[in-house]
Amino acid sequence: MKVQGRVFKYGDNVDTDVIIPARYLNTSDPQELAKHCMEDIDAEFANKVQKGDIIVADKNFGCGSSREHAPIAIKASGVSCVIASTFARIFYRNSINIGLPILECEEAVKGIDAGDEVEIDFSTGTITNKTKNETYKAQPFPEFMQKIIASDGLIKYIQQKA
Amino acid sequence: MGMTMTQKILAAHAGLDSVKAGQLIEANLDLVLGNDITTPVAVKEFQKVGIDKVFDKSKVAIVPDHFTPNKDIKAAEQCKFIREFAYDKEIENYFEVGEMGIEHALIPEKGLVVAGDVVIGADSHTCTYGALGAFSTGIGSTDMAAGMATGKAWFKVPSALKFVLKGKMSKWVSGKDVILHIIGMIGVDGALYKSMEFTGDGIANLTMDDRFTIANMAIEAGAKNGIFPVDEKTIAYMKEHSTKEYKVYEADEDAEYEKVYEIDLSKIRPTVAFPHLPENTCTIDEVGDIKIDQVVIGSCTNGRMEDLRVAAKILKGKKVAKGVRCIVFPGTQKIYLQALEEGLVADIVKAGAVFSTPTCGPCLGGHMGILAKGERAVSTTNRNFVGRMGHPESEVYLASPAVAAASALTGKITNPEDIQ
Repeated sequence: MKVQGRVFKYGDNVDTDVIIPARYLNTSDPQELAKHCMEDIDAEFANKVQKGDIIVADKNFGCGSSREHAPIAIKASGVSCVIASTFARIFYRNSINIGLPILECEEAVKGIDAGDEVEIDFSTGTITNKTKNETYKAQPFPEFMQKIIASDGLIKYIQQKA
Repeated sequence: MGMTMTQKILAAHAGLDSVKAGQLIEANLDLVLGNDITTPVAVKEFQKVGIDKVFDKSKVAIVPDHFTPNKDIKAAEQCKFIREFAYDKEIENYFEVGEMGIEHALIPEKGLVVAGDVVIGADSHTCTYGALGAFSTGIGSTDMAAGMATGKAWFKVPSALKFVLKGKMSKWVSGKDVILHIIGMIGVDGALYKSMEFTGDGIANLTMDDRFTIANMAIEAGAKNGIFPVDEKTIAYMKEHSTKEYKVYEADEDAEYEKVYEIDLSKIRPTVAFPHLPENTCTIDEVGDIKIDQVVIGSCTNGRMEDLRVAAKILKGKKVAKGVRCIVFPGTQKIYLQALEEGLVADIVKAGAVFSTPTCGPCLGGHMGILAKGERAVSTTNRNFVGRMGHPESEVYLASPAVAAASALTGKITNPEDIQ
């Protein structure tokens, strides 16, 4: 599977409170959450983001609360993948569990700037920066997680096992 | 190669003789927990599984504590949705307003977690129960749904950092200062994906409330879990609160740790984390002149008896500074009652602070103490991210109950040693 989009770039420690502030957690409707995605760090994000766009950030992306609303808001806003140097562990699990593609790749984070056009081939883990004509290689997922991803999330995975 | 305490608990729950860091395992769960923010999403996922029962009605706990007592119509609808689920599935540990508390204060108090357990909770501060010698970790709603359905969860066995605690804390220093000091030292991703295993002679000098506070904020260093060895104090706590059988695990002498840190508790000073990360710490001696608008004392980090006792001791017979709002909220109804009986509530209210029902409300900017643009709070809670307690241009300074109470009296961040 391949995705392609324009990059929104952020720094270290993007926490789940800025991805989706708690004042909007009185609903779990994905479209409602998407309206406020990244609001406290980038007020324009929800207006500017287009289907397929990619978030690139540095280390510890998604730190803080366990709210699954954070990856849900990102996915519902149309983002096709989040690339970071590292992810906070609960965000990492939640993204895999709900089927939001994420990749750890420090090299890509260093090379990619905001606004770059980037293509990602999930089958090979290859990230292509079309703006800069560079490629980067992401860490592949362990086989077990690939099975969850291939099943389209954890719930379908356990349904298949049952 | 030996195993860490965490690895031993995980191996036992996966039916394996041994595990090693990085190994993927499936572990049996002793408790699956959720709150009013995360459970609605979990219930919707659970319904997709297509089974009509949870794996064990006594091993699921649902605590509506974040936006309760319901702050608005949407929050009320979410609570109604999970209440109906809890009744329909005959969840034994559903705690309604009136008997509920802040989940991580309530669950140990109700005796639902004991040493040796494996617990997942759809709340990041589920790591609190490591204080009891259990493996407990925060997960999301989908993991909660799968856990409720199957009684199992997958884990990547974590590597570990070892913190050897020595000596005794000085007056006005508490578990909060210890964990803020550690996070300041290793950073908010210093323990990413790892266990924080606490050990050393100094642990005997930490109360259970200190240990709950320290384990609670392991997530603030990115850790998968924080865990304490089981000693006489742990056993006394479990005997007082639980009838569940506990099992004591100890790390092997040759267990592998990525790093070992020695912490001299006697040298730790009251510590404050500046906006907007818990790692931005400095000692009270380095704080400078920082005026505040609000003080919050409570939460799953610092809403236990000792926290209220130290706050009341400082506030007693004095007045909250003009222009400062001081909000105190106990962790559970039991703590509330005990605080009443000990006269702490009277001391706090007479000082001009408010005393709230248990709720997570102010900590995450939900309700009961939201900050306006440009306002500053000193808070005994666990996060000071941008917008955490209200307006994105407000500021939260994390501190102990002693520092928070002292600051309430002066209107600026204050060393409790300076209050007569």
